[in-house]
Amino acid sequence: MSSIGYESWAVDLADVGPIYPFQGSEMLMVALGVIFWLGWHRIQFVRESEHLERAKKRALDHEKVQQSVERY
Amino acid sequence: MDGNLNALTTVFTEFYYWVTVVFMFLIHVGFCMYEVGASRRRNHMHTLMKNVMVIPLVTVTFFFFGWWIYWAFPMFPFFGGLNHEMGSGNLPWAQTMGPNAADRITGVFWAAFLLFSWTAASIVSGAVIERIRSSALWVHAVLIGSVWWIIDAAWGWHYDGWMVKFLGYHDAYASGVIHAIAGGYALGVIAVLGPRIGKFAKDGTPRDIPPHNPWMLTIGIFLIYTGFWGFYAACNVPVISPEGIGGQITGTTWTATNIYLAPTSLSGITFNFLMSLSGGLMAAYVVSKGDAFWTFSGGLAGVITASAGNDLYHPVQAMLIAAVGVVIVYRLHFWVERRFKLDDAVGAVAVHGYAGFVGLIIAGFVLWGAPSSPYEGYATVNPLGQFIGAMIMFFGLGFLPAFAVSKIQAAMGVLRIPEEVELEGLDYAEHHAYEEAKEAIIEADKAHLATKLTPAE
Repeated sequence: MSSIGYESWAVDLADVGPIYPFQGSEMLMVALGVIFWLGWHRIQFVRESEHLERAKKRALDHEKVQQSVERY
Repeated sequence: MDGNLNALTTVFTEFYYWVTVVFMFLIHVGFCMYEVGASRRRNHMHTLMKNVMVIPLVTVTFFFFGWWIYWAFPMFPFFGGLNHEMGSGNLPWAQTMGPNAADRITGVFWAAFLLFSWTAASIVSGAVIERIRSSALWVHAVLIGSVWWIIDAAWGWHYDGWMVKFLGYHDAYASGVIHAIAGGYALGVIAVLGPRIGKFAKDGTPRDIPPHNPWMLTIGIFLIYTGFWGFYAACNVPVISPEGIGGQITGTTWTATNIYLAPTSLSGITFNFLMSLSGGLMAAYVVSKGDAFWTFSGGLAGVITASAGNDLYHPVQAMLIAAVGVVIVYRLHFWVERRFKLDDAVGAVAVHGYAGFVGLIIAGFVLWGAPSSPYEGYATVNPLGQFIGAMIMFFGLGFLPAFAVSKIQAAMGVLRIPEEVELEGLDYAEHHAYEEAKEAIIEADKAHLATKLTPAE
């Protein structure tokens, strides 16, 4: 058993196509990849909202905001 | 070079490796920028010179004996003697080790491997900044660059290496043979060297020592990414016939191969380089909560994790493997830092060592049963062989020699700089002529200015 479908290279390369593991599962792999990608956006949206909420509370200190503005 | 096709293939291959070497030079430029950016202002010149002098020292020693080791050691010492037949053409006094109309490959192939040697040494250099003596680091650079890594390459990154033959070891783009060994080596050195002053609070809590110039770090790591393209290409044989391979492959279809002469394609590894870089960056951004430097390093760690099998992975596999590796690497870095009080100044042990180790093991599962070689009688890729390989790389040829040599250097009092110098800064201590000249010329300019201008009313 070989995950790439070839247990040896005793083949004519003219007859060989894909050589990646788990051929036939491309749709599943892409689905997992898309879940990873969309999950990343979801985590990022949630985290950034929380971060900005905390930053907003900090920004109520007028003196600190003034310092930031002057710092450029 | 009889026949036009042979001549064209030979000259193309010669040019191909030459281009990879030029690209790979950017890895060293990137490491220099990264290290200098990460160091504090009082240590700039020392940090830079420490890494720059790796270039000539590793180059000459790789010419004298490193290259010969690669060809002579594939079975030595456990499964046979030195291969004098292959080794003799790569001794420094061999006629093929110079301009020779009958040999157009040895020089560029030697150089491609040499650039890997610089990288291995430079990885160690980053972990030890701001407190190691240059003389000590340069001994380590020669050892990792021209001895230990090239022994591991002979064993596990050579079509005839015993690890490939008996363990089914598969490491196409050097997760283990460069990164795991160099990370393990760096760990061995810093375990003896100790942390920088102030790195840990009295209660053992680690402190962050921020880089003096984050932009220099950023450009540095992007140059490392760029050089990594060249590294990937250099790990391939660009075009070869089944007859040229001389293994089990039948027919007449030419192919690109990995270092084991097994089929892959430049197209496939281009997919995988970019997808693993992306998976690493995305995972690192999340796990580090958007920390810029861990995100950049995570891109690199992602590529390194997937590198063992990036000749064969599907791009989505490369992306996910990179992401998984980066999460493990990040957590492991901070656990080791807290638990063992180790100061890895640029995260080199994690980004290279842990990522390489983890990547080898993952490849053992995902590529289980794939042929490790086009030749008959070789073990197929398997998790146990990959795990043993990872242990040999990280601990056997990396950590242990580094720890032993560092212990000897420490006992001789030549490993670490004096505490006073560490506080004062190495630039003044070692480059006082530069600092004094700078002060003198500033004073001279100010005096001259005072004679020429009158202050504004």
